[in-house]
Amino acid sequence: MAETPRRPDLPDIPDAVAVPKSRRSLQLVWVIPIVAALVGGWLAVKTILEQGPTITISFKTGEGLEAGKTKIKYKDVEIGTVTSVRFSKDVKRVIATAELTKESEPYLVEDMQFWVVRPRISGGSVSGLGTLLGGSYIGTDLGKSTQKRRDFIGLEVPPVISTDVPGRQFVLHADTLGSLDIGVPIFFRRFQVGQVAAYDLDKDGKGVTLKIFINAPYDQYVNGNTRFWNASGIDVTLDASGITVNTQSLVSIAIGGIAFQTLAGDSLLPPAEADTAFQLFSDRTEALKHKETIYSDLIVVFRESVRGLQVGAPVDFFGITLGEVVAIKTQFNPATADFSIPVEIRIFPERLTSRYLKGPKGGRIAGSEDPKKFMEGLVEHGFRAQLRTGNLLTGQLYIALDFFPNAPKVKFDTSQEPPEIPVVPSGLQALQKVLTEVANKLSNIAGALEKVPYGEISKNLNETLQSANSLMKRLDKEIAPEARDVLVEARKSLTSAQQLMSARGPLQQDTREAMREIARAAEALRVLADYLERHPEALIRGKQEDKK
Amino acid sequence: MRKPDSITRSWALLIAAMICYIPANVLPVMQTGSLFGSQTDTIMSGVVYLWSSGSWPLALLIFFASITVPMLKMLALIVLLLSVQFRSAWRPKGRTRLYRVVEFVGRWSMLDIFVIGILVALVQFQALATIRPGPGALAFGAVVVLTMFAALAFDPRLIWDNMDKQHG
Repeated sequence: MAETPRRPDLPDIPDAVAVPKSRRSLQLVWVIPIVAALVGGWLAVKTILEQGPTITISFKTGEGLEAGKTKIKYKDVEIGTVTSVRFSKDVKRVIATAELTKESEPYLVEDMQFWVVRPRISGGSVSGLGTLLGGSYIGTDLGKSTQKRRDFIGLEVPPVISTDVPGRQFVLHADTLGSLDIGVPIFFRRFQVGQVAAYDLDKDGKGVTLKIFINAPYDQYVNGNTRFWNASGIDVTLDASGITVNTQSLVSIAIGGIAFQTLAGDSLLPPAEADTAFQLFSDRTEALKHKETIYSDLIVVFRESVRGLQVGAPVDFFGITLGEVVAIKTQFNPATADFSIPVEIRIFPERLTSRYLKGPKGGRIAGSEDPKKFMEGLVEHGFRAQLRTGNLLTGQLYIALDFFPNAPKVKFDTSQEPPEIPVVPSGLQALQKVLTEVANKLSNIAGALEKVPYGEISKNLNETLQSANSLMKRLDKEIAPEARDVLVEARKSLTSAQQLMSARGPLQQDTREAMREIARAAEALRVLADYLERHPEALIRGKQEDKK
Repeated sequence: MRKPDSITRSWALLIAAMICYIPANVLPVMQTGSLFGSQTDTIMSGVVYLWSSGSWPLALLIFFASITVPMLKMLALIVLLLSVQFRSAWRPKGRTRLYRVVEFVGRWSMLDIFVIGILVALVQFQALATIRPGPGALAFGAVVVLTMFAALAFDPRLIWDNMDKQHG
């Protein structure tokens, strides 16, 4: 038709046909309901399509939850609304039903976490202040699982670390929780690198397990040989070098903290895997103690009181702590019917190693040779264990290994596992023993005395006395009369002697007369001597007549 | 002068109104955002809220003006259109009065829209509080306008036409 030229003449113009105008307007008016239907349908479809998943979250309490008002937010962006809050069937928990947006559907996985955001002060930080005005909302953290889930259990405490923070989680085992809490900082060279994410009591009740989170990139400093210790509060040490005060930061003084360090020389190890378990030491000194991997267990059987000996007590060798007590048990020997106390000790032979000697064995005494043979040799030379008092005030004991050349020889049983080191009684015990022996001897004497046959002795004595008695009687009967006669005779003799001796006795008179005669003789002699003195010539011429 | 294609136009507009009536009641008409969180209200939830908070006269007023009246209006128009189409001769006087009431009452259904309009204009304190109209308000406005047009498109003289025919 495009080639057809114009037709100037209009002879064959058809007659005007009256097209009813109303027809078109009639059809046009139907556009309105069609548009309305389309818009309505589109809205309906959109609503249905936008209808997100409905989930249920169970909480312990409905505090802050309000149907139709409480929002569910992720990173403070609304992703849903709580539509109803009701009780669980057993009326123990509160179940919040929530409608989430369509976009959140792929994130509803097994380990997605929900918690009610309330104003909270924890770990030195304040969070959720906005909820004071705006009311609480449900916070979420995305999970990593691929397992879909629609019914969740809400957390009572918000997780400290959200899953999108780079870093790694580790597990710490500790004896006690101490002053640690969720959110407590973790320091590396006094630099905060993470925090405690969770803690729980072990199932067997024998310890506490903490989950800590180290932020990237600091998590690379944690390797298999990293030591963690509790850096809470202030650590004041008084030793020979003076007072040392150790603390990590003011925050750690206030709320506690954990510090870690990798032992020198071990820092080149590859970083530890996530969720690696570590031991949480009570302080830095303990944490950084060289951890021996080579040890040998020995047994020492005491037959004395081990009161004051504790697990962990040192095993001392010439003043060097060579090991520690691992276990203290009791043992009953039915054959000999006596109790003994086997104490298990663990010694670390490496401590005998001189670090400065770089010999082929590194100076290790129990190196490649059979340690048991070595031990046998030692025992032969008087190597013994002994309980000693470490502290007189507290009465704490330690085990000393020493040489006692005078100790009685003991056969070292090489087949026993763990080998037993013979003991010598402790000084106190030796003293005790001596005293006991003395007491024993005394009691022996007493016992011997007790054994004397008193009955027999008394019987013998009795017999002796009886015989003495009979002897006496005989004496009385036979000898006494004779003696009396003798005595009478004697008296007679004495009487006659007395008579003889008396002043008027003849003997006396005779004697007196004799004496008188002697006196006269002596007088005459004196006269003679006197005359001779005056007249010595008389000796020759004789006595001259008185010249009268 | 008669209105052309009165019945068809009236039907079309009425059907459009009826379609719009559904989202008007389902979708939120008002979104209130304040420091204490945001909230969306449909007409019905507003009525329920007012009723439960004690101001039941207001709740009744909104219920009548926003839910009952548009529905009655649409029902009345259906009755009128059907009666005309089936050339019914049933009480022409009454039906004419019904038509007048429908036409008169139409503008009062906009009460809700007026309230929302005023609130949206007044409450704009940015972070503190804002009120925005929801998609339901648009649908509701469409319902009111469409029913008014449907009522206007209807020619009441048609009611009497049948009487003439019957008489003639």
